[in-house]
Amino acid sequence: MTEKKLQVSAIQNGTVIDHIPADKLFNVINILGLNKIKNQITFGTNLESKKMGLKAIIKLSDVFFADNEINKIALVAPEAKLNIVKDYQVVEKKIVEVPDNITGIAKCGNPKCITNHEGIITKFQVVNKKKVALRCHYCEKITDSEHMEIF
Amino acid sequence: MKNKNLVSITDFSKDEVFKILDLAEEFEKNPNQNLLQGKVIATLFFEPSTRTRLSFESAISRLGGKYIGFTDAGSSSVKKGESLKDTIMTVANYSDMIIMRNPIEGSARWASEVSKVPIVNAGDGANQHPTQTLLDLYSIRKTQGTLDNLNVFFVGDLKYGRTVHSLLQAMSMFNTTYNFISPEELRIPDEYKMFLDKKGLKYYEHLDFSDIISHADIFMTRIQRERFSDPMEYEKTKNSYVLKKNMLEKTKLNMKVLHPLPRVNEISTDVDTDEKAYYFTQALNGVYTRQAIITSILGLK
Repeated sequence: MTEKKLQVSAIQNGTVIDHIPADKLFNVINILGLNKIKNQITFGTNLESKKMGLKAIIKLSDVFFADNEINKIALVAPEAKLNIVKDYQVVEKKIVEVPDNITGIAKCGNPKCITNHEGIITKFQVVNKKKVALRCHYCEKITDSEHMEIF
Repeated sequence: MKNKNLVSITDFSKDEVFKILDLAEEFEKNPNQNLLQGKVIATLFFEPSTRTRLSFESAISRLGGKYIGFTDAGSSSVKKGESLKDTIMTVANYSDMIIMRNPIEGSARWASEVSKVPIVNAGDGANQHPTQTLLDLYSIRKTQGTLDNLNVFFVGDLKYGRTVHSLLQAMSMFNTTYNFISPEELRIPDEYKMFLDKKGLKYYEHLDFSDIISHADIFMTRIQRERFSDPMEYEKTKNSYVLKKNMLEKTKLNMKVLHPLPRVNEISTDVDTDEKAYYFTQALNGVYTRQAIITSILGLK
């Protein structure tokens, strides 16, 4: 008999976000505003993963996301996978998808952009989804994934 | 087009561009009309640009309107630390339209989102200067009789040149062939080449124009000191692409030389008297084009 050991304890109902790059865990927490909710949350990071090296995982009790909400994390965790859990059973699996437009989340890479001078919420059009590149709605300059800073 | 903002050249459709150009033609025939009587237009220049400002103020004055504003940030409340949003929301109470030049990129888009009156972008840093683009289009159509299928030469600083980038985008609606001539370090950025690739338009890059100038319909040049972060690079570049009168001998009859002005030494002064030199008339066209922009946005035409 093999005993399966869970590194982070199971939840009864809710959402499990798996395959987050270990160093992006706190970005994901910020983007989803998890620091502001009252639900039970357990997370683990620097867990071994065959696919990614080190990964992080978040388990959220009684939290379910709309697609447009969860897709925001695709900027930092493009390979994240979601398991929707009902009564300890995975009832649905989802992957995240880079959205067409991004509001907030990322900083415009152009130091002369108005968004870096006045308190304005950034807005971008995603011009490349594979190698993420964002065009600023204000200064029209492109910020690529190498130069992307996440709030 | 009433109440529309003009922030970026891409805000206007082909039909809207043609509407502005046709209207500018009317103003060229009859530039003094009382269309703006009783209107107040704000000209907010957060950085000095004498030429653009005078062109707008001339356009307003010839139409019987009044303008209020400032000519550089030093003489405005910006010096006291006021945000752009507060400045715009205040000035929108005093005026029917705001014309703004601001070195911060994206400032015009932001202003258009907080203002209750239309915003016309008179240049936002290295980003957009759409009224310049429209007057360039007017000048090209007027001298060539069409905007379609032209061979346009862009010369000089193609990396930082805002005029070049906006005109390149606008001309992409007209099956243009592009020739880009610049030193290695000031080549046209990849994002614009990708843009032209996507549209399936032909473009060529060269280091020198002397052998190919005979193909040009429009020759447009510019090198600007203030866009260079390294003054050494500017000094090296400014003398490498000077257009001289004898180079015009083998050019097409319809060929015209455009320049947004002020010129430094990209065009030798002996070119000025040649009939292919068009830059001073181009500046005059700026007044008609701006009259067309202002009156159509205010719904008066």
